[in-house]
Amino acid sequence: MSNRRPYVRSMDGWWKRDAYFIRYMAREITAVFVALYAIVLLFGVVRLSQGEAAFNGWLQYLKTPWMLVFHVIVLAVFCYHTWSWFNIMPKTMPIMFVGGKRLQPGVITGTGLAASVIACLAVLFIVRGMS
Amino acid sequence: MKRSNEPIFWSLFGAGGMLAALIGPALVFITGIAVPFGLVFKPDTMSYAHMLALSQSWAGKIFILAVIALFLWHAAHRIHILLHDFGIHAVTAVRILCYGSAFAGTVVAAYTLLTIKP
Amino acid sequence: MADTEKIIEIQVLRYRPEQDKEPVLQSYKVPFTDDMSVLQGLQYIKDFLDGTVSFRWSCRMAICGSCGMMIDGKPKLSCKTFLREYYPQGLKVEALAHLPIERDLMVSVEDFVTKLESIKPYIIPKEPRTLEQGEYLQTPQQRDMYEQFSSCINCMLCYAACPQYGLNPKFTGPGILALMHRYNVDSRDGGQAERNELGYADEGYWGCTAVGYCSEVCPKGVDPANAINQNKMNSAINYFTRFITPGGADK
Repeated sequence: MSNRRPYVRSMDGWWKRDAYFIRYMAREITAVFVALYAIVLLFGVVRLSQGEAAFNGWLQYLKTPWMLVFHVIVLAVFCYHTWSWFNIMPKTMPIMFVGGKRLQPGVITGTGLAASVIACLAVLFIVRGMS
Repeated sequence: MKRSNEPIFWSLFGAGGMLAALIGPALVFITGIAVPFGLVFKPDTMSYAHMLALSQSWAGKIFILAVIALFLWHAAHRIHILLHDFGIHAVTAVRILCYGSAFAGTVVAAYTLLTIKP
Repeated sequence: MADTEKIIEIQVLRYRPEQDKEPVLQSYKVPFTDDMSVLQGLQYIKDFLDGTVSFRWSCRMAICGSCGMMIDGKPKLSCKTFLREYYPQGLKVEALAHLPIERDLMVSVEDFVTKLESIKPYIIPKEPRTLEQGEYLQTPQQRDMYEQFSSCINCMLCYAACPQYGLNPKFTGPGILALMHRYNVDSRDGGQAERNELGYADEGYWGCTAVGYCSEVCPKGVDPANAINQNKMNSAINYFTRFITPGGADK
């Protein structure tokens, strides 16, 4: 017993050790871009409340090359968020039976992704109808 | 053992994540790419007049607040966990920073939308 | 029909607490055939090259859960992993991650066993039952709700996979929470409230961030990630409705 000296290894840089962990970090880092986009919208709402000149300033800002690059990156990140969200969703649901057979994770993911496509198209159509 | 308070933040995280997953890409495309650069939609889709009108309706106020607030709460929870994953252990400070920011953003958005003058 | 003998290099992370300040890699050249497992490679080392190498094993058929270790950085059962997959480049064998090393490839299982005992891993009947009532009856569907979660062999690969356990050993961890879930969803059981005192705490389901690697590495398809994360919803519902539902608030 007295010879025991359990060795505890460091967790530094643990996420670099395996591709699986890197994918996990990528999934989690999407949150930073979700926040940044929300902040851009928040600025828009505040500028809106400050009058036409202020809001037009915000609209002009959206047209700058940096903001275009930003939004293209954010769009890619949001798409990855949608993908990874519905990929992890089956893990959050209890075992379910449809017609006596066990509901497969792929069905849940596929349904979610399809719902996202339909919802996005709906938003696009509504905005087009409003404009 | 003490019951966790995570459900509060997790529920907001889940709502925000689901909203972002369902309509996020469309919103980013519309507000950040299509309308500013005259693609697909009429260039005045997001004009001052149009956006002011949207922000006057209750549906508009709720929608805008939901998007901004839920996206912020979703991000706050995930970033809070990210910081823990990166080894930052100042638990209370991190929580106040993350959730406090989301709370501040929510308050600013709500106040602005409620008091916006026609 | 003897072919030229193939030799593979196995690097083993050694740690002898009485002489080593910290773990150190030691290399061995092991002759092997295509049907040999990593466990057999280690046994060759112990039998013919270096009798001081220490490692756990028993059934050598992936059911006892003793031989878990990190093979080229991934948690695997050494009896179920084959040397031919790592030829000719060789492989590195280390003790399971996120657990303290006792000696060489052996980790301390104290924390795991203590926690295993703490989750009440047995049927707590819904109401008292007499022998005359006979057996419990269960439909195949009721069995399906818990069967995969009962397959755990306590190999601890999921603990080696779980970064949240590595960052915070107070977290109960994937395998044990999966076993707790196994009892909670068994139709014969009525002990959910007792077990959820742990489940609904930070050390329970809420310590999990859905990395999901645990389910990837599980050799028995238990899917602990699912066992844990499907309970977050009912934990949240319970959190928000506890003052409304009959029975009142628990602590």
